[in-house]
Amino acid sequence: MSSTATAEPAHAHGHHGHEKNLAHHFDTMEQQFDAGKIGIWLFLATEVLFFGGLFTVYSIYRANHPQLYHIGQYFLTWEMGAINTAVLIFSSLTAAWAVRAAQLNQKKILVSMLVITFLCAATFMVVKYFEYSHKIHEGVLWGQAFNPSDAELNHVIEKIEHKGGDPKAIEFLEAIKERPVAEKKDMVAPLQMFFSIYFFMTGLHGIHVLVGMGLIAWLIVRASKGQFNNRYFAPVDSVALYWHIVDLIWIFLFPLFYLIG
Amino acid sequence: MAGEVSLNGSMHGTHDHVGGNYLNATKGLKSWLLTLDHKRIGIMYLVSVCIALALGGTFALLLRTKLLHGGYTPEAAAFIGSSKDYNQWMTLHGAVMVFLFMIPAIPAAFGNFVLPMMLGAKDVAFPKLNLFSYYLYFTGTVMFLVVLVMGGLDTGWTMYAPYSIVHSKTAVPYATLAVFILGFSSILTGLNFIATIHKLRPKGMTPFRMPLFLWAIYATSVIQVLATPVIGILTFMLFIEKIMGIGFFNPALGGDPLLFQHLFWFYSHPAVYIMVLPAMGVINEVIPTFSRKPIFGYKMMAFSSLAIAFIGFVVWGHHLFVSGQSPFANVAFSAITLTVAVPSAIKVFNWVSTMYKGDIHFTTPMMYALFFIYLFAIGGLTGIFLTALPGNIHTHDTYFVIAHFHFVMVGAVIFGFLAGLNYWWPKITGKLYNNKAGVLGSVLIFLGFNLTFLPQFVMGLKGMPRRYANYAQEFEIYHQLSTAGAYLLGVGFLTVLLYLLASLAKGKKAPSNPWGAASLDWQSTSPPHMHNFEKTPLMGDPYDYSLVSHDEKTGGYVRKPGEGSSAHH
Ligand SMILES: [Cu+2]
Repeated sequence: MSSTATAEPAHAHGHHGHEKNLAHHFDTMEQQFDAGKIGIWLFLATEVLFFGGLFTVYSIYRANHPQLYHIGQYFLTWEMGAINTAVLIFSSLTAAWAVRAAQLNQKKILVSMLVITFLCAATFMVVKYFEYSHKIHEGVLWGQAFNPSDAELNHVIEKIEHKGGDPKAIEFLEAIKERPVAEKKDMVAPLQMFFSIYFFMTGLHGIHVLVGMGLIAWLIVRASKGQFNNRYFAPVDSVALYWHIVDLIWIFLFPLFYLIG
Repeated sequence: MAGEVSLNGSMHGTHDHVGGNYLNATKGLKSWLLTLDHKRIGIMYLVSVCIALALGGTFALLLRTKLLHGGYTPEAAAFIGSSKDYNQWMTLHGAVMVFLFMIPAIPAAFGNFVLPMMLGAKDVAFPKLNLFSYYLYFTGTVMFLVVLVMGGLDTGWTMYAPYSIVHSKTAVPYATLAVFILGFSSILTGLNFIATIHKLRPKGMTPFRMPLFLWAIYATSVIQVLATPVIGILTFMLFIEKIMGIGFFNPALGGDPLLFQHLFWFYSHPAVYIMVLPAMGVINEVIPTFSRKPIFGYKMMAFSSLAIAFIGFVVWGHHLFVSGQSPFANVAFSAITLTVAVPSAIKVFNWVSTMYKGDIHFTTPMMYALFFIYLFAIGGLTGIFLTALPGNIHTHDTYFVIAHFHFVMVGAVIFGFLAGLNYWWPKITGKLYNNKAGVLGSVLIFLGFNLTFLPQFVMGLKGMPRRYANYAQEFEIYHQLSTAGAYLLGVGFLTVLLYLLASLAKGKKAPSNPWGAASLDWQSTSPPHMHNFEKTPLMGDPYDYSLVSHDEKTGGYVRKPGEGSSAHH
């Protein structure tokens, strides 16, 4: 290890040997950046297919039980979903702005954009927390755990009546009130499936948001140390791309669960 | 990365060819476990997949031994292991071989070692990610071993719902999690290779001047990146379903088991090509080298790899012909599956045409390549029986299917893997092996393979179902032949192990280019330098064998100077 001679490797680094962010197996910063870009786009493709499998599951069960997706939707609060959608779309803007700021060496703007993006992500998770904790409290759960409280059922029935009524849905919900729910297996199974898919997809998306928050926090630390500049901003670029796909997935999830009953 | 630059850079100051290679440049366990060098990572994969092969092979021998006697007599039932044991061996044989050996074997071991060298590059695009992929593979493997200790797995490697969720008492959640993790290893390796091939090609090496092994790895990587996430999410759903009482695929809870099969095969059919395409890539290098002739139909070889990868995505329904899938879907999937025969046949035609009037050298890798063509042809042709709907219904879930996919897929991977191992062995280890022993090993494996699986075609056509621990007396002779073949196969593998160990211990020093190949990887020393090449290699047509000439001094071949341009990036 202590050998002093350092002969040039086969592909001499030459003029760019001084770039401190250049890995030894790349010849130029551009080459390194392009490789990273291909890598992150391929990763996004895997994310799309990952969720693609779930959207397939969603579509199949929706096609088989359209009426129950219709009823399931009444249990969700579209206003909360809408707030979260707006928050995420705004955070995509700030994420993109952060990349631009890095490219222009605007350290202050970069840090503040990253902080805003982080706060948006946190807001999203707080709203999600209220949604989830309400559902857990009222027994609106996945699979066999699905056992909604009377209060929640009455609330949903009221909501339907307020919207102008839907006799079939109300009849169905009234029937569920007769306990135990487990005995009405054939009847509620599709509704259990609705919430299984709802929790699975939004939960997995939530995990992606948490991972994104971790990554953005890491960027904030690095950015405030001044580690990014117009020659080296690939991490900001990649995390922003990741963040856009997380937003994009939510933009599909929101109407599919909250709106198109 | 800056740390590694100076570390590696400082190691080859002496210009000592013996002292500066990747094997001895740094020492100690840590220098291996934390290495970012694609060659060392390739070796770690190579050792790991060989252990997996031995483990999967042991399960195969156990289940074949169990099947030595059938006929519902008490003696047969008590011969070795119970029916429950048989279910475990059968499952673990399949799962270990598929997930731990066949999928990573060629791309992760040889792909890692050879791919950057064929590009004249110093490493893959993302070395840290590469090491991370290896540790994901390692974690998945350890989880499979935990599954073994926790009472095994009895679902078949396919883990079909609802059996796997509702009835199986074995460690299904751990196995699904293991597959999930292994899937990520595979995805990240594919992603790394695609970026490497795109961005680390030297100037002047256009896509059509790459060795075909790289085209094969590229096509494989595309499948790995696009298909694997689907089994990832599927195994994750199965895991959650099992631990949280959800019924995605459980009909008792409103789920649809057929959906499981669709999603499973959406990955697992393309996965067949994750296994086969790299093997074809190895054969693409071996046959022209040992025929001393350029590969016939280069572009068709490249495009047929992509065609196989693409068509592979839209044929999964052929695994569901008797599942109650709609007749229209059956006809469509059957028809599309038949079209796979076209690119496959192009490849066989081109290999044979490459050898035509060639100066054929019967070296060990070439023996495996020749056997590969035979196995692939038989495996492919019996595939046509299976994709034709009437043939499928007759042979569905029989030993005919087992024999078919062992010929086309397992035969391809094993023979491609051994061809590659024997081909690149001198490069990887710097040692030559005894060619006579090598040829003997290949013949034993070939005979063992045929003896194992040819009788299975016959008993399958006669109606012997797969995955049964017992059978009617009339099938006994076929099972006994098959079991004898399995043991012969085992002897063949031991032969390979022995002469390779002998080569490691006292093999002659290998020249840089013992076979006279023309791709860039052979311009490095054997074993290669820490940074792969000491001098920038000279590019040229990877199949133009007039670029190299025999060198009396070393017994190998050397690149003729002055022809072709330097592989600068
Ligand atoms: Cu298939």
